[in-house]
Amino acid sequence: MPAKQKVTLFVQCLVDGIYPEVGQAMVDIFDKLGIQVLCPPAQTCCGQPAFNSGYRREARIAARRFIAIFEKAEVVVCPSGSCVNMVRNHYAELFRADSQWLPRVDNLAAKTFELTEFLVDVLGVVDLGARYGGRMTYHDSCHLLRGLGVRAQPRKLLQNVSGAQFSEMKDSERCCGFGGGFALKYPDISAAMLEVKVQNIMESGADTVVGCDMGCLMNIQGMLSRQGSAIKTMHVAQIIAG
Amino acid sequence: MVEINTENYVAEAHKAIANPVLQRALADVQDRFHKATAAAYHTLPEGPALRFKAHQIRMQAIANLDILLETLAANVRYNGGHVFFAEDGKTARDYCLAVARRHRVKLVVKGKSMVTEEIGLNQALADGWIEVAETDLGEYIIQLAGERPFHIIGPAIHKTRNEVGQLFAEKLGIPFTHDPPTLAQAARKILRAKFLQADMGISGCNLACAETGHITTVSNEGNIRLATTLPRVHVAFMGMERIAARLEDHDVLLRLLCRGATAQKLATYISYIGGPRASDQTDGPDEFHLIILDNGRRRILADPEFREILGCIRCAACLNVCPVYGQIGGHAYGFPYSGPVGAVVTPLLVGINRAQHLCLGETLCGACQEACPVDIDIPRMLLALRAKLADGDPLWKVKRANPMEKAIFQIWSGLIRNRRIYELSLRLAAVGQKCLPQRNGMLRRLPPPLHGWTRSRDIKPLAAETFIQRWKKKRRVRGIHP
Repeated sequence: MPAKQKVTLFVQCLVDGIYPEVGQAMVDIFDKLGIQVLCPPAQTCCGQPAFNSGYRREARIAARRFIAIFEKAEVVVCPSGSCVNMVRNHYAELFRADSQWLPRVDNLAAKTFELTEFLVDVLGVVDLGARYGGRMTYHDSCHLLRGLGVRAQPRKLLQNVSGAQFSEMKDSERCCGFGGGFALKYPDISAAMLEVKVQNIMESGADTVVGCDMGCLMNIQGMLSRQGSAIKTMHVAQIIAG
Repeated sequence: MVEINTENYVAEAHKAIANPVLQRALADVQDRFHKATAAAYHTLPEGPALRFKAHQIRMQAIANLDILLETLAANVRYNGGHVFFAEDGKTARDYCLAVARRHRVKLVVKGKSMVTEEIGLNQALADGWIEVAETDLGEYIIQLAGERPFHIIGPAIHKTRNEVGQLFAEKLGIPFTHDPPTLAQAARKILRAKFLQADMGISGCNLACAETGHITTVSNEGNIRLATTLPRVHVAFMGMERIAARLEDHDVLLRLLCRGATAQKLATYISYIGGPRASDQTDGPDEFHLIILDNGRRRILADPEFREILGCIRCAACLNVCPVYGQIGGHAYGFPYSGPVGAVVTPLLVGINRAQHLCLGETLCGACQEACPVDIDIPRMLLALRAKLADGDPLWKVKRANPMEKAIFQIWSGLIRNRRIYELSLRLAAVGQKCLPQRNGMLRRLPPPLHGWTRSRDIKPLAAETFIQRWKKKRRVRGIHP
């Protein structure tokens, strides 16, 4: 039986603007579990793009606003490991000298979860009765894996999807070359890294590459599309909602 | 004195990416060492958590550096060695040259040492009419080629055996062969003669121990042992941070160093050197000099934000896992230290503005910290360097690197403050994107400053409606307040 009855969605900006279907899949998952979903419509961005590029003043503006919007929530769930890593691990760095905001940061950080870790670790759900007809492979997003330590949770969820096959790609933990602003500032280095990733995806024999972060998936999808590949990119939420 | 080419990061990276031989060599090295090193940590009797203990050991040593260095110096002097604290590269080079002149040195044999690369020692000796022979095979190869180390512990990993064969044929006058044992024998024969003729041996220092007053050198070829025992004079260079307080700390670090570097439990040759040959000993030099180099390290020590990088023991484990290094190789970093550690330490040593590409041109994936035998948080320091570049920093004399980008983020911080304005700007962009070329529902080209993205990949266009809009609409239909 779910421990929490009400979740508040923290919709990653890429999901909000480019991949709203991933947000919808999250809603469907919680509907299926009988958990009430809240979604503050004022939310915009957690500040990670500014923080990663070094613009801490601007990142603090975003972070303060984010905290004010979400701090009253029972539990906050986000479909991106990288955004949760920002809130959980980097907000403290942003406000390390601010005794007024630091307790608010700690309070929010403790109840903000990435989707798969929330489902598996908090709710204890590993099988949502989903079906998917295809062969999947999973890409480990860097911040989800190394920042939050989430490796097994998405795999558990995917392995319980009926009708689907699963094969690991070579070096699934190797960065895809996205890195936010890095991909725009150093596009050719980024593309060279991405080529390695795409090669490994192709060699896995999968027809669908699944991940937990639309940043990486947008990057991977971009090169698969450019190369005319038929391999699909899907967020884990889209697979397990179906 | 030493060449700094950090500004050429992008151009050099492109060259490496376009070189298929280099790409294969990099993939081979990373494939081999990445998993082997991770496995080596797991076979530690104390388990992989020893890395965290080692981190503590390093940080404690850094915190007590003044006392430890004084203790080390006193112990070395007690054993009959000379110790010289060099403030910068020039002072260190001059001291070494003065020792060489005093002993009328004509030929120096060297063990691999990154710190001497950092200060351009070989050039200084050559300018003083002293011949220098690098004796590590990889280092010998790049010395003949007139290049810089491509990798901190494998300086010539980018050279194929064909290239080495051609190089040896040209520079050593031997018949061309690409047979590695024959090439190694050719180098060995020449280097043996140099060892016997040399008047001075120069080495680095992998680690020093304050309590015992010794320095430790680590190699797999035995060349450092020859270089430090055969010639009359031994001069060792150490970065001022490479020290452990006690022998038991030293032991932990040494075991982790070998695992991080080459996935070995222990390297083939480990030498503890405490001073010149004592009167009751048969081997060793008549004189031993230890040069302890600052060269910008004290400034790093003074900044709590970056002090942690002084914990690095230069094993190069981070190079073997870094996906950026895996594409661009070591020369792009424009300074002897490459890879993730180079991306932090080089800007701090040569200037943050000057070496800005090194810390900006990384993805923050965190693989480096995971592979580091002393668990150094490299991504944190990359972010801290970026913060200095973003807004400038008087302490480190950093100028704002990109005023245009600053303006963009200022505008961005205005947009995200108000959902209505944010939404409006997304709508405008969604209208604007209709002018861009599309195929199969994907955008083929983005306008500047985003155009780099679409050089080799497409991107999905903005959705007709944001998730939040959809959400609000649905709630309204159901008569629920969002």
